[in-house]
Amino acid sequence: MSTSIRPPSRHTHRADPVAASPLTGLGSLVRLYGRISRRAIIVWTLAVLVLVPASILAMEEAYPDQGALDARAMLLDNPSAVMMTGPYFATEHYTFWAMVANELFLYILIPAAIMSVLLTVRHTRGEEEAGRLELIRALPAGRLAPAVAALIVVSLANLALGAAITAGTLVMGGEIAGSLALGLATALTGMVFASLTAVAAQFTEHAGTASGMALGLLALAFMVRGVGDVIDRQGSWLSWFSPLAWAQQTRVFVDLRWWPLLVSLAAVIALLVLAGALSHRRDVGAGLRAASAGPRSASPALLARGGLARRLVTGSMLAWGIGLFLFALAFGSLASSLTDFIEEMPAIGEFAPIAMDDVTGSFSAFVLMMLTTGPVALIVSGVLRMRTEEFAGRLAGALVAGTSRVRLALMWFLVVLLETALMQVLLGLGVGLGVWAATDDTAWIGDMTAAALAYLPAIALYGAVALALYGLNLRLTSVAWALVVYTALITFLGDLLGLPDGAKDVSPLNHVPLLPSAEFEGVPLLVMGVGAVVLVVVGLAALRRRDLAAG
Amino acid sequence: MTATDTADTTGSASTTSDAAVVVRSLTKTFGTTRALDGFDLTVPRGQVTGFLGPNGAGKSTAIRVLLGLLRASSGSAEVLGMDPWSHAVQIHQRLAYVPGDTNLWPNLTGGEAIDVLTRGEKGAAHRRRRGELIERFELDPRKRSRTYSKGNRQKVSLVAALSRDVDLYIMDEPTSGLDPLMEAIFTDEVARLRADGRTVLLSSHILAEVEKLCDTVTIIRAGKDVESGTLVQLRHLTRSTVAATSSADPAPLAALDGVHDLVIDGDRLRFDVDDAALHDVLPVLTRMGVTALTITPPSLEDLFLRHYGDDLAAGSRSAGAEDS
Ligand SMILES: Nc1ncnc2c1ncn2[C@@H]1O[C@H](COP(=O)(O)OP(=O)(O)O)[C@@H](O)[C@H]1O
Ligand SMILES: [Mg+2]
Repeated sequence: MSTSIRPPSRHTHRADPVAASPLTGLGSLVRLYGRISRRAIIVWTLAVLVLVPASILAMEEAYPDQGALDARAMLLDNPSAVMMTGPYFATEHYTFWAMVANELFLYILIPAAIMSVLLTVRHTRGEEEAGRLELIRALPAGRLAPAVAALIVVSLANLALGAAITAGTLVMGGEIAGSLALGLATALTGMVFASLTAVAAQFTEHAGTASGMALGLLALAFMVRGVGDVIDRQGSWLSWFSPLAWAQQTRVFVDLRWWPLLVSLAAVIALLVLAGALSHRRDVGAGLRAASAGPRSASPALLARGGLARRLVTGSMLAWGIGLFLFALAFGSLASSLTDFIEEMPAIGEFAPIAMDDVTGSFSAFVLMMLTTGPVALIVSGVLRMRTEEFAGRLAGALVAGTSRVRLALMWFLVVLLETALMQVLLGLGVGLGVWAATDDTAWIGDMTAAALAYLPAIALYGAVALALYGLNLRLTSVAWALVVYTALITFLGDLLGLPDGAKDVSPLNHVPLLPSAEFEGVPLLVMGVGAVVLVVVGLAALRRRDLAAG
Repeated sequence: MTATDTADTTGSASTTSDAAVVVRSLTKTFGTTRALDGFDLTVPRGQVTGFLGPNGAGKSTAIRVLLGLLRASSGSAEVLGMDPWSHAVQIHQRLAYVPGDTNLWPNLTGGEAIDVLTRGEKGAAHRRRRGELIERFELDPRKRSRTYSKGNRQKVSLVAALSRDVDLYIMDEPTSGLDPLMEAIFTDEVARLRADGRTVLLSSHILAEVEKLCDTVTIIRAGKDVESGTLVQLRHLTRSTVAATSSADPAPLAALDGVHDLVIDGDRLRFDVDDAALHDVLPVLTRMGVTALTITPPSLEDLFLRHYGDDLAAGSRSAGAEDS
């Protein structure tokens, strides 16, 4: 009798319970997250491993001698060149590697930051929103283990990326300390954005909002660094507010100094402590603020045609719209300060489509085109939101309520198109207002707003491509994103990398005339408009034919 | 009588005109997976039809074909006299759907989600019914959907579907996540629908639920319908369990053809009997001078065991092996 009531101490095959710490289970979580993101990390690393040497090779070919380099250095008197690349340190003797640091570094830092944001959100708020964190926390895992595991995986990803960069530059003959600094600075900057993301993930319940916030901060960092360096080409007080500047201020390949990286390191630590403290104050699955009660029933606006799409898409559009408008103002107001710099620099046309006889106009036009990558990305993201809805099974719910697929998808497309079109007009207005503030010439306001309209067919075309791909096959939708990334690359760096016209022409945005400085050309706009209509029809027809993904 | 006989009788009894849903030889493949494989289903109008099968049998796939969300690979399906793929919108105007796992728009409130899901419904009667259902299911419509538990999300779906004034209600495992109290209310609401002459197709892997609610049942396994008919028809294929108390010699019982698994524990007897053999057994029991007798009618569990018994046993064996 007594044996049967004794605690079952012997017949268990489990190990004795280990003392619980907040980090219990860390090892297996790191393996789990590593397994989930393994492919993404490998792809990012391999991409960098190929693209860094390739870019350096392209530069070697474009600038074979000191004369070419000196001509190049002259460009850095141009604020917009400084804005789009980096601070100008090698003022005495512009070496090849100084140019690499100057022009490539920013575009290594940005992918590292984006990768860090996406991975961090996936393993923190993403897991939490999907309810998987709850599963994990119910296992014998410590309270901090999931978050620390996420950070370890992101750190490993950044280390891999940094190592790839160092290897890539060493292979191309970069000097050892500089190559190491380039890799380390990139990894650390990635971690700064990972930590920023960890903080952002505390504020919102949604993974999408968290990555939006973090990417918005990246855009802000880009702008602050740019404007700061325009104030002083070697970096002003303003530059130091941007994590991107901390990396660039190492003066790598010119006059290497390591201490700015300590700023990055300190920021990582401070931000992580902050994220930890914030996470302490909230429940699993919740944001920092408790949700308030909402309406008892739907408003007529929500039930109107396209109402659901409006409701689901407008919030982030508005946030991005405000952010981009501020960018537009800031960039626009730079326009006039250029004129003085540029007049003595005939070589500017190589760097960017800036014309000598109309510096302000062509600069504003170029700024507007760069800013248009915002609406381009947003229309694709807005259209592809349908994909999310479909996977979640919510699209089926809306359909069974009595709408046809074609009607729903068309309304969705039109809502997103209308909102991005409004945003585009706003961007034109913003640039115009900025230029007006700088030049005191009110004509710019109207000119730039009108110029923005020329982009609408192209923007519609991007949305239509996304819709067509979505209709044809859910797995093809990433192609739409690839087109957006390619477009951004061509728009920002097309001239700089000296890509052939054929490669540039793949980007629809490249076919829009650079108004107001260039001649208006209606034919490309018409072709793109017609193309958009055709693709919408294709997408809708295809959508009618395919199975909906299971909900 | 065999299972196929029963299915055939039901099939011929309900012609196309008085059936809300008629599915014939339906096949649906996903790549190499055959989710439906020559599947037949008839849902008579004005009745509650149960659609029973274990997880992964193809219930949801069949329902998604009926909703026009998936396109059948071959075979035919007709819902309310129309082809679900080409007439999805017309059908949806006359049909309400409850998915098994409701995923709502996180930042809409429950009330808003209900209205979005019942966009077509207007008028005071609908508002009244909506309010009544929200109250019965004890739902707070002002809460954001993301704060709802699974059960509450399911309630949103149920309120939305039940508040619609349509001919056909298709429900895919609708009670998952509901507590017993809410399940009772749901049962009651389905009974009201039937009293009202509406047609209901209700999929489930829970036997008791189907037993409680349904007039006819179709059982699906691995994409095929393996049995269908009224509950009464199906019960004739099964065995009742008899428990009796008697001090007499049980040998005559054991000798009977329809008696299985006889267990004797002192004066208590327990055995299963083919329902068809019940009238042979009762006289024997009487002769044995039984002092207490309970006959448990067959549950649908028996039906399941007839079709899945081997698999279930194999499944639990391998699960057990993993455990030890
Ligand atoms: N979209 C899909 N792609 C591939 N296989 C699927 C898909 N949908 C369902 N299946 C498969 O079809 C079978 C039937 O699934 P389902 O209809 O969901 O079963 P039930 O609802 O009865 O549990 C399962 O084996 C499932 O894995
Ligand atoms: Mg199912």
